[in-house]
Amino acid sequence: MTSAAPSVGIPLPAPARPPRAARLGRGLAASLPPMVTFIVVIIGWELAASRLQSRPYVMPPPSAILAALVENWSADRWPLLASAQHTFFEALGGLVIGTAVGLTVAFAVSRWASARDAVLPLAVAANAIPVIAVAPIMNNWFGVLEPLSKMMIAALLVFFPVMINVTRGLTQVEPGALELMRSYAASEGQTLRKVRVPNALPFFLTALKLGTTLSLIGAIVGEYFGGSSDVIGRVVVQSASALRFDVTWAAILLGSSAGIAFYLVIAAVERVLIPWHPSVRGEQVG
Amino acid sequence: MTETVVRVAGVDKTFVRDGDARTVALSGIDLEVGRGQFVSLIGPSGCGKSTLLRLIGDLTQPTAGTVSVNGKPASRARRDRDYGMVFQAPVLFDWRTVEDNVRLPLELLGQPRAQREARAREMLSLVELHDFAGHHPYQLSGGMQQRVAIARALALEPSLLLMDEPFGALDEMTRERMNSEVLRIWEKTATTVVFVTHSIPEAVFLSSRVVVMSARPGRITNLIEIDLPRPRSDETREERRYFELVTQVREALRGDDETGHGSTERLAAEGTVG
Repeated sequence: MTSAAPSVGIPLPAPARPPRAARLGRGLAASLPPMVTFIVVIIGWELAASRLQSRPYVMPPPSAILAALVENWSADRWPLLASAQHTFFEALGGLVIGTAVGLTVAFAVSRWASARDAVLPLAVAANAIPVIAVAPIMNNWFGVLEPLSKMMIAALLVFFPVMINVTRGLTQVEPGALELMRSYAASEGQTLRKVRVPNALPFFLTALKLGTTLSLIGAIVGEYFGGSSDVIGRVVVQSASALRFDVTWAAILLGSSAGIAFYLVIAAVERVLIPWHPSVRGEQVG
Repeated sequence: MTETVVRVAGVDKTFVRDGDARTVALSGIDLEVGRGQFVSLIGPSGCGKSTLLRLIGDLTQPTAGTVSVNGKPASRARRDRDYGMVFQAPVLFDWRTVEDNVRLPLELLGQPRAQREARAREMLSLVELHDFAGHHPYQLSGGMQQRVAIARALALEPSLLLMDEPFGALDEMTRERMNSEVLRIWEKTATTVVFVTHSIPEAVFLSSRVVVMSARPGRITNLIEIDLPRPRSDETREERRYFELVTQVREALRGDDETGHGSTERLAAEGTVG
């Protein structure tokens, strides 16, 4: 920050974002402890598993899981890569559908009090439905072999956090901000665009991060209840019943990697879209 | 008095809570503010000074009486964007840079981009924050944030500036600096200002006239003309006449007690006003 201090000598606070190199260093420092923990757990697992050699199907060692992953990467029976792609596609579709419906309801509910009264209690009640119980129904409605049936299960899970968070973001605006807009005789639309939507953006991105995980859960739960076999859910079920737990673990590993990658994408989008937000600035939210 | 900018006539304001619990916030208020005047409203908590300001700004409506600004009803004046407002909190948007915050009212008005940018920079120079145009509000101190809010309020060249305890959250040193700053800006722009404050020294230092109010029901008890010469500076705060006027305002505020109100109220008044 090279700008001169103003004539009214109020001290200048430290710049909010340190230089890139420092940030990178801090990022590495922050990720070191969990990485060490992870490596210790893996080594412990490997050692423990090799002592239980007689029953490898109870707890296959990480080395065996890795071997199963490589071996079945594009195998005929349990094609892991293709399965992960299919499941990811279903989750993504579910995320898109659930987000679209969640956003639509949120905007309607925050705009019209009548919509709020008519829809909100139902939406909250719908959230109480155990999704695993309706999965067979979705498979029935949208075709058990169609990816759409799994997307709808995922969408059901994604809908609620998106709807409730975005509604909050649109309505929980600082009263002073609304008064300011009123003092400028701003229209309802201007207030929506310039205050409510930017205010809701951090809420929305938080919901999306939740949604990435939820959509994968929804897709895999749907797969358990039947459908095309080249998906993570089916690979897990079938390899487990064939006592090939090394393949099961490999499928789980792949599924979680997809979830983590998904999450990191949204987190990156967040840094681009809301660099001003305390959660991204890395300050304490107070 | 020259041309009248604000005319408040026979205004009552009663808040109704939960059906029938009534609070009389203001009773029988008459007030006129002439063009180019700097008028402060001072009084204990609950005297309705902020409510009076909000009535002038059409953020709330009177129960009885009329409020006119520039010869028009307040609601008309608001739609004509006749005034700028500065609140106790700066109310800046974190997702906008300092310059974009100042530009907001110009955007709402639909001014062309080039004009907006020039005007925003001009306003930032006025409050001496042009070097911080690209910063975000959270990178600034409280005093600087409030100066951004002032720049934003002045962006539309309002004929009336309404300020509701703008420096209430600042420490005494910063507040004094901000007072000098406001006077400098006021002298430059020749805007009419109505200013709500808890602070006697602030009211005396800034104003052409101090309106003293009392609580329950909120009403105007004294109008005190501040005849300190202008331009005023830090030396003004050390003049004998300044202290006399501060004392006069303080006694006017205390007069509240002699009219038969309880001692707790006097304590409340002294605690918040002194």
